[in-house]
Amino acid sequence: MIRLEKLTKTFDTPNGTVVAADKVDMEVPSGEICILLGPSGCGKTTALKMINRLIPPTSGKIFINEEDTSKQDDIQLRRNIGYVIQQIGLFPNMTIEENICVVPKLLGWDTKKAKTRAAELLDLVGLDSRQFLQRYPKELSGGQQQRVGVIRALAADPPVMLMDEPFGAIDPINREVIQDEFLKMQAELKKTIMFVSHDIDEAVKMGDKIAIFRAGKIEQYDSPDNLLAHPANPFVADFVGADRTLKRLRLVTAEEVVNADAPAVARSTGAGDVARRLASEGERIAVVIDGDHRPVGYVTADEIAGSTGDVGDLAHPLPASVPMRADLRAVVSEMFAHDIMWLACTNDEGRFVGVITQPAVTAALRATYTAPAAGAA
Amino acid sequence: MAITMNPARLTGIGIVVLLVAWAILAGALEPILSYRDDIVYLARQHMFLVLTSGGAAILVGVPVGIWLSRPSMERYAEGIMQVFNIGTTIPTLAVVALSMTLLGIGFPPAFFGLFVASLLPIVRNTYAGLLAVPPHLKEAATGMGMTQGQILRRVELPNALYVIFSGIRTALAINVGTTPLAFLIGGGGLGELIFTGIDLMDTGMLLAGALPTALLAVIVDFLMGQAQLHLIPKGVNPLR
Ligand SMILES: Nc1ncnc2c1ncn2[C@@H]1O[C@H](COP(=O)(O)OP(=O)(O)O)[C@@H](O)[C@H]1O
Ligand SMILES: [Mg+2]
Repeated sequence: MIRLEKLTKTFDTPNGTVVAADKVDMEVPSGEICILLGPSGCGKTTALKMINRLIPPTSGKIFINEEDTSKQDDIQLRRNIGYVIQQIGLFPNMTIEENICVVPKLLGWDTKKAKTRAAELLDLVGLDSRQFLQRYPKELSGGQQQRVGVIRALAADPPVMLMDEPFGAIDPINREVIQDEFLKMQAELKKTIMFVSHDIDEAVKMGDKIAIFRAGKIEQYDSPDNLLAHPANPFVADFVGADRTLKRLRLVTAEEVVNADAPAVARSTGAGDVARRLASEGERIAVVIDGDHRPVGYVTADEIAGSTGDVGDLAHPLPASVPMRADLRAVVSEMFAHDIMWLACTNDEGRFVGVITQPAVTAALRATYTAPAAGAA
Repeated sequence: MAITMNPARLTGIGIVVLLVAWAILAGALEPILSYRDDIVYLARQHMFLVLTSGGAAILVGVPVGIWLSRPSMERYAEGIMQVFNIGTTIPTLAVVALSMTLLGIGFPPAFFGLFVASLLPIVRNTYAGLLAVPPHLKEAATGMGMTQGQILRRVELPNALYVIFSGIRTALAINVGTTPLAFLIGGGGLGELIFTGIDLMDTGMLLAGALPTALLAVIVDFLMGQAQLHLIPKGVNPLR
C-alpha cells in the first residue's frame, strides 16, 4: 500500500515559485494500479519521484506499507521499489542480462539465482532468453527494449512499482500489445503500482483507480468507470473527453452482459418443437448450434411458424459473433457494422454461450449512472 | 567539446613505407645503420619519456576530468575548462621551453613539458565524455538504488569510455610528436640525432632519428586504435 499525506513540493525558479504538488492526499491499496493522469506539467512526475525520493518533498509524508519513507535509507528504499522511466533507460554498456540483474546484484543475490531470474523474466514477456540475454540494448527494437525496461524493474520482485509513462515511447499498436501483456502479468504478480500517463485511454485500460491532476492538485480520484460516468467538475469532464460514455464501453466485457438463457437448438430439432419452445419462453429468436455446440445460424419465431422440417435447413447464417472476452466497444462496433440488434457470443473454444442485445448494452451503461456514485467527490 | 582522433593511421603507415623505400633507394640505409647503437640507446630514452609522461598524464588527467564533472564542481568546472582550453592553444614547443625556465635542463623539464602537453586532451575528453552521458541513465541508476560511486563506475565511466579513450589517443599522438623536442632542453631521446643531423647537414644521421620517431608514432597510434576497438565494450563502441 502507498499512502501520500499532504504531500507538497515547491520549486524556486528565477520566474518565481512553482507549486508542483499541492497537499496531495491519496492511497493506493496493495495489489492495485493507480494512474496519475493529467496534462503535461501538472506535477505527475514530481509526485512519483517523491515516492522513491529522487525529489525530496517540501512537506508532507509518504508511507509504504505503513512505513514512513523519510525514516528509511534512500538507497535501501529505492532498491525495494521497481522504477520504470519513459526513456526506458537501459544501460547501453551492459547486456540485457546485466541490465536485468542490476538490482538483484545490488541486493547481493547470488549470481546464479540472478541469471536464472533474468532468463525467466525474458521468457515471461515472450523474448527468447537464449537469443536475448547476451545482446546489447542497441540490438533490440523499441518494443523489445520497453519490455526489458519493465522486467528489469520487476527483477528483484519489489512489492511496489513506479512507472513514469512506461509505454510512451512506442507506436500505438505495440503499445496495446505491451499493455495487455503487462495486465496479464499484473493479474498474477499483484504489485502495488503508481503509473503516470497523459493518455486517458491508457488510464482507463490499465487503472484500478485514476487520479486526475491539475496544477499539482488532485481534481478527482476514482475508479475509471465512476470517473467516466460522474466527472466531478468541468475540468475532469473536459479532460476525459466528450466521448466518455463510449470509453466506458471498454470497461465492460461481453461476458458481463451476455444473456446465457437465450434459446439454442440443435440443427436436427423440428421446427414445430422450436416454435413451441419460443412461444413458451416468450422469445423471438433461436440460435442454431452444430454438434460441437458452435453457433451456425438462427431462426425467428415468425418464419418457422407453421413450417415443418429441421431448423438446420431453415436457418439463416449468422452475420457475426463475438468472443466472450471482447469489450463492449468491439461488440457495438460489430452490431453497427452489420446493422443488427443482437450478436451470438462464444467462449475460447468457439462454443455458444449466449446472446448480447443492444438494449442489454445500454442497460449496462445505465447501471452505473443510476447507481450511487461511490467515492465520487 | 571532445576531441576525436582523425584516423590518419593508413596515411601514416604509407608515409613511413615511402620513407623507408626512399632511404633504401637513395642508399641512405647504410649510413643510418651505422648509428645502430645510438638509435637503440636513444630510442630507449625516447620511449621512457613517452611512457612516463604519457602514463602520468593518464593517471592524473582522468581523475581530474572525473572530479570536474561532479555536480559539486558544476559552478567552477566550465571556468577551469576555459583555462585548459587556452592552455591547448600554446604551441608545444613553447610549453617545453617554459618548463625549462621552471625546472632547468635534463629529464625533469622534458618529462613535465610532455606531461602538461598530453594532460589537456585527456582532462577535456574525460570531462566532456562524462557530461555527455544522458541524464536519464543517471536517473534510472539512482532510482534503482545505486550509490554515487556505483553510478560512476557502472554507468558513467563505461558510457564515456569511448570519448575518454579518444582523448588518450590524441594525447599520446601529441606526446610522441613532441618528444623529439626534449633533446632541446637536455632530455635526450631520438631528437638528438634529428637536430644534430640538421646542424651537421648529415642526412643519414637525420634519418636515423626521424625514421624511428615516425615509426614509433605510427605504432603507438595503431596500438591505441586496436585497443579502442577491442577494449571498449560492444554496447558503447561505435566501431563495432
Ligand atoms: N527541477 C525543477 N525545477 C523547477 N521546476 C520544476 C522542476 N521539476 C519540475 N518542475 C516544474 O514542476 C511542474 C510539474 O512538473 P512535472 O512533475 O514534471 O509535470 P508532469 O510530469 O505532469 O508533466 C512543472 O511546472 C515543471 O516545470
Ligand atoms: Mg512527466
